[in-house]
Amino acid sequence: MNLLKSLPQRLFSLRYMPVLTLLVFLLPVLAGLISSILPAFGYFPAIGNSDFSAIAWRELLAHPALPSAVVTTITTGFIATVVSLMLAATFVAAWHGSKTFLNARRILAPILAIPHSALAIGLAFLIAPSGWIVRAISPWATHWDRPPDVAIIHDPYGLSLILALAIKETPYFILMILAALDQSQSEQRLKLARTLGYKPVAAWMKAVQPNIYKQIRLPIFAVLAFSLSVVDISLILGPTTPPPLSVLVLRWFYDPDLSTRFLAAAGAILQFIIVIGAIGFWYAAEQGISRFARIWLTLGGREFFERPIRLVSKVAMRTLTGLFVGSLIVIVLWSVTRRWRFPDFLPSVWSFQSWNNNIYNLLGSSTTTLVVGLASSAIATVLVVACLENEKRRGKYAGSGALWLVYLPLMIPQISFLFGVQILSIKAQIDSSWISMIWTHLLFVLPYVFLSLSDPYRTQDDRYVKLALSLGASPAKAFWKVRLPMLLRPLLFAFAIGFAVSVAQYLPTLFAGGGRFSTLTTEAVNLSASGNRRVIAVYALLQSVLPLLIFAFAMWVPNYVYRNRRSLKGM
Amino acid sequence: MLSIRIGLAAIIVATIFSASVSQVTAHEHKNWNAVQSKAKGQTVYWNAWGGSERINNYISWVGKRLWDDAGITLKHVKVTDTGDVVSRVLAEKSASKNKDGSVDLVWINGENFASMKRNGLLFGPFTQILPNYSFVDVENKATTTVDFTIPVDGLEAPWGMAKFNFIYDSARVKQTPKSIAELLTWTEENFGRFTYPSPPDFLGSTFLKQALVELASDPSSLRSEVNTPDLLQETTKPLWAYLDNLHPNLWRKGSQFPASSAAQQQLLDDGEVDIHLSFNPGAASSLIKSGELAPTVRTFVFEKGTIGNTHFVAIPYNSSSKAAAMMVANFLMSPEAQARKQDPEFWGDDTVLSITKLSSADQKTFSQIKLGVATLSPQDLGPTLLEPHPSWMEYIEKEWLKRYGQ
Repeated sequence: MNLLKSLPQRLFSLRYMPVLTLLVFLLPVLAGLISSILPAFGYFPAIGNSDFSAIAWRELLAHPALPSAVVTTITTGFIATVVSLMLAATFVAAWHGSKTFLNARRILAPILAIPHSALAIGLAFLIAPSGWIVRAISPWATHWDRPPDVAIIHDPYGLSLILALAIKETPYFILMILAALDQSQSEQRLKLARTLGYKPVAAWMKAVQPNIYKQIRLPIFAVLAFSLSVVDISLILGPTTPPPLSVLVLRWFYDPDLSTRFLAAAGAILQFIIVIGAIGFWYAAEQGISRFARIWLTLGGREFFERPIRLVSKVAMRTLTGLFVGSLIVIVLWSVTRRWRFPDFLPSVWSFQSWNNNIYNLLGSSTTTLVVGLASSAIATVLVVACLENEKRRGKYAGSGALWLVYLPLMIPQISFLFGVQILSIKAQIDSSWISMIWTHLLFVLPYVFLSLSDPYRTQDDRYVKLALSLGASPAKAFWKVRLPMLLRPLLFAFAIGFAVSVAQYLPTLFAGGGRFSTLTTEAVNLSASGNRRVIAVYALLQSVLPLLIFAFAMWVPNYVYRNRRSLKGM
Repeated sequence: MLSIRIGLAAIIVATIFSASVSQVTAHEHKNWNAVQSKAKGQTVYWNAWGGSERINNYISWVGKRLWDDAGITLKHVKVTDTGDVVSRVLAEKSASKNKDGSVDLVWINGENFASMKRNGLLFGPFTQILPNYSFVDVENKATTTVDFTIPVDGLEAPWGMAKFNFIYDSARVKQTPKSIAELLTWTEENFGRFTYPSPPDFLGSTFLKQALVELASDPSSLRSEVNTPDLLQETTKPLWAYLDNLHPNLWRKGSQFPASSAAQQQLLDDGEVDIHLSFNPGAASSLIKSGELAPTVRTFVFEKGTIGNTHFVAIPYNSSSKAAAMMVANFLMSPEAQARKQDPEFWGDDTVLSITKLSSADQKTFSQIKLGVATLSPQDLGPTLLEPHPSWMEYIEKEWLKRYGQ
């Protein structure tokens, strides 16, 4: 009797939240992956083929563009990841605790908040042969009255693609390193090493880096997978003949000749194999390096290229942030331009025509962006809080295995499972609906919300809640009145991160929205091929402003709420 | 309820096409009324290329007019590549979603049409019951009934005429080439000042077709489906020889090509190249008006003619608003909508209608349109060369990728 009565309550109880959360976001990823694998082996009843065969694979391996596409994919992906990681690590090592570091830290959140595609668009405006930098020095310094005939963007080596990735991923690594620092007694280790006479970089490399590496390994894998399979910025900056594999696969999916779908599916699976292989290779390389490093660690050298590293990392960080700020400014300029011919430094005719002409489309896609972003990050925040609260109450913490599961959607290339997700959502009759849009965004928002909220939540001092309980409050009351208000700042920050992630999604919006939903990002990326810089700039600018506003809001609210709570203010 | 509606639309169309010729007019009238009343309140998701601000604004205007006149809500779903739409309808068919499809109307022609027709993804025939179809110049504009050599069969409604042409800056270029052969000499004298978008961009592909048609020893063989490798290699040999000579003279020495035709437009404005390709004879004038190109740009074509075709709208088999989609297709062919489309102020795209079939008031509207400084008059636009069969293009795009795409 009693059992039956409490059944509904039990089903909704917190203990099922981790399982529910995993189901909500792992099931579509895995089912989608399987639905993509089937056509790769010839099973696609819709176009009259239900016999399994390896034809698509033979066709893929014989495709003329494949070898160089794969090479481009692998080189750009690895170089971007290695460069960002080295730069982040050396910058933190050389400048941690200094004024330079505090200044740089201020710009990290805005860089993270701005979608990749908006940055790529701005960067293209800035560094192209006809870009702002060349305009600034022409013709007086260069004698160019026409842009130089050199490939800077869409360059065959993918250098501009690597640069854009480095601008976005370096700050992410810095934040991940800082988060890892808080948990590993690094300050003490660093102090100890310094008192033993180690110079800053050497102290960091020998006493801290080995200790925190394990904690940033998963973020590294996520960045590696992302860099190997990114579509939107590859379209804007990547090589064109041939493009990286991800763009090639997308093109095959959209080929008017329907039999190319088999080739596309095989390509999507190859993309998956490349990412898995790359992660495996990284792991193996890591083991090899750590063996050599162990010898170096105990050699006792007190210096490690101190001056060069300090100088190079500072110049590199300044360059990256300078390019970031320049990209934003040039976007603003183009959005209010009517005529701006090469080599003029500023537009010759200014106008708001690009804003006026697009006002309805802008309102429409901004609304979609806002609704999907707010809903998916709100749902993600609720699910994550429920999981973390469940941990706290049961006193059990999820191990590193669970963390792998959270990272899974970030490590499987989007293109490898989104086509399958699309077929599944049509079967479930929720395709091109708000549900499928929000759900698909949730797959990518949830991991980031979890990652940014789990540490503050887990390390919160439990004595406040215990005190409330001992004063007679119910667990629910203690949660609502004590725990949540104290965690307001990280909660809102996680929410803002989730929103920024949602805004940036290109491929998921394309596949889940069935074309009926256009967000600022899909519009901006689609227009980026159109070459009309004025309109592209308008979308890229709005695309950047929305997440920045949500971040500003996330910072302002706690300050307002805590205005009478001095000890919570600076937390 | 929805299935009944779709059923009705199918019955109406079936009745019309089974009716004998003499009865068609009466039936048509009655059934068109039925379509009209059913269309009211429906929403049409029109998947159309969204890469041009002017065209997007034109489509918004169409939406406003249809809402005012017929109570139809028109939603422009902006696509980058129509192949995407084919892919979506296919995904729906694969999931047995045979009604309430996400696409109600699609802007289409050529390969995509051939593909949808072959796979049974289209609704119709429907164009013959649209009242405005009677104004279409099917007699003189052959491409309104044969799309890239594939018979249209009433499965898509003609919307506009396209003709391949070149846009150049007259301030920088004095002498323009008059044939594909002269273009080669021009690039030798103007090193690095010409390029074309990398296929499968439709203008890049059209440039290759133009070269193929001009250079092939037997252009008539291009009109039918090809499936013998010998004929393919033999006929395309002059094309590859030509490109091998041309590429070293191009922008970036032919090692890089613009990703899209629109990207090449920006290259022209930045002065990175001197010539841009277009499929729309009114484009240059419109682009001057909107400030996207310099006031000195002009248009030129080749003496012996350039490739021309027609672009259409079609209705997928699983649309839930077929009646309203037919209303939209009909309105697009109306003299009012076609005249506005021809005006470079709004778009500058050639009409599919026969001016002589129109009322005198409508004829006057068309004659008053100012074509713009950079637009060639119809007689200067030269002859129209027909598109090769899609099977040629498939081979050429693949071969191009193999030869130059890596």
